[in-house]
Amino acid sequence: MRYISNTPAQQKEMLGVIGAGSIEDLLVRIPTKARLSRPLNLPRAMAETDLIRHLQRMAGLNAGADDHVCFLGAGSYDHAIPSPINHLISRGEFFTAYTPYQPEASQGTLRSIFEYQTMMAELTGMDVANASIYDGASSLAEATLMAHAVTGRDTLVISRGVNPLYRQVVETYVEGPALKIKSVPLGDGVTDVDALRKALSKHSATVVIQYPNFFGCLEDVRGIADIAHEAGALLVVVADPINLGLLTPPGACGADIVVGEGQGLGVPMSFGGPNLGVFAAKQELVRRMPGRLVGATVDVDGQRGFVLTLQTREQHIRREKATSNICTNVALCALMATIYVSILGKRGLRKVGELSTAKAHYAARELTKIPGVSLRFAAPFFKEFTLQLPKSPERVIKRLMKDRLLAGVPLKGFDRAYKDCLLVAVTEKRTKDEIDAYAAALAAAVA
Amino acid sequence: MANVPAELKYTREHEWAKVEGDRARIGITAFAQEQLGDVVFVELPKVGAKVTALKTFGVVESVKAVSDLFAPVSGEVVEVNAELPKKPELVNTDPYGQGWMLVIKMTSPKDVDGLMSAADYEKLTAGGGH
Repeated sequence: MRYISNTPAQQKEMLGVIGAGSIEDLLVRIPTKARLSRPLNLPRAMAETDLIRHLQRMAGLNAGADDHVCFLGAGSYDHAIPSPINHLISRGEFFTAYTPYQPEASQGTLRSIFEYQTMMAELTGMDVANASIYDGASSLAEATLMAHAVTGRDTLVISRGVNPLYRQVVETYVEGPALKIKSVPLGDGVTDVDALRKALSKHSATVVIQYPNFFGCLEDVRGIADIAHEAGALLVVVADPINLGLLTPPGACGADIVVGEGQGLGVPMSFGGPNLGVFAAKQELVRRMPGRLVGATVDVDGQRGFVLTLQTREQHIRREKATSNICTNVALCALMATIYVSILGKRGLRKVGELSTAKAHYAARELTKIPGVSLRFAAPFFKEFTLQLPKSPERVIKRLMKDRLLAGVPLKGFDRAYKDCLLVAVTEKRTKDEIDAYAAALAAAVA
Repeated sequence: MANVPAELKYTREHEWAKVEGDRARIGITAFAQEQLGDVVFVELPKVGAKVTALKTFGVVESVKAVSDLFAPVSGEVVEVNAELPKKPELVNTDPYGQGWMLVIKMTSPKDVDGLMSAADYEKLTAGGGH
């Protein structure tokens, strides 16, 4: 199949207009050694049945949460996904729609986004949530830029309890505006508040913490909010909304901006994306909030309708003075989350939190009965915890893969200080049998 | 033709200044509010903030656009119109009266000399909107 839709005659005509002899002539500025000098070495075309067989064989090489028992977390979680989600999002009206660019003609899409925003605002305990951003990391990066814009200050004070990958994304985002980052160390699993106090100054735009943090531990959000506000900084809390059916919403503890990864709410883990960036803020910050925002209003006949509101903040209208250059959202993932929360309801979401934390604590109890295996931190945890192992976590992981167990995320790659640690997440999906089998396999692997 | 009171001074960015001793009361002109359309939000500095002549001091947002506000003179903000957050439409209905924005205690009253007269401002805006 040819992918270039114009004919050689048309190409010649176009080249003639711009005075070029050949397409190659247009590429002369690219060094020859950087250009491919031979045709791509592609296998011959396959018939559909052969292709499906081929792709299935390749897919079979993956270790996924469908055919393994998954204790992986660190930002992406194996929560149960109710079947109706996939059926509902597959409707053409939803599935083919992009973030609305002719918004008022897409009342259904706007309505679904409005419901999503309402749910996220309620879960996070904030006044207003946007239509979503790419993922938790980009939500956090946008939140730090927003805190800088609101306060006019240029230092970000970020706890080491925040997901290291998110911190890397923040570093990339703030390189342009040249913001400074101060890292606050942990003291036994949670942010060291004395170090936090010392890190703050009149230049601090924000304090960023994660709740529960990357290592699974529960931060004292209220206490940290007071410390941040005394210094005139905004408190940004990274939180996974699925936990907030049970945990006190950060908004009720003094957070000014709440961001997080919403993947747990019905979005498949999918090798790390597409994800769902949740972004919520206090009312007085709404005009500085990045991203799209759907509002409910009435039309000339007094009937309820939905519009994209406060668009004057956005890049396509305000250009260089926009609050952010994000002009899109992850509409389909936001819809998955909306359907998920609708199906589970208030009690269901609470139950997911209760089961996850109860099972995580059962797992921690069983796993730490194994000689040499212990909890790395004493701080209270939620559905994820950090184990210290007597043998290399990488080798343990390899060994448990043979039993179709995904044991957890090794922490060496994030921080060498935790090279003997394994981050273990337990969702409501895990059964007692699975946890017991994990404990038995781990005992054998470290013996 | 927009209303351009003769006793006021003007900037090219469509702010007006009413000089009262070492203080200047400032706002945006009738022409500016007509160009903007319905004003829905005004963001102003707090009392005590310093502003600099011809630098931005705030933002006015209408249904059409968000525009920066430029200070006609340098000095310290001594009064802020507390009505505007609740009633931004005052900028449309009474731009030279209840729609005022700030009172600035001028550091250098000479700044006023650099501003336009009503006649000059009228000439600037005579071509109408864009």
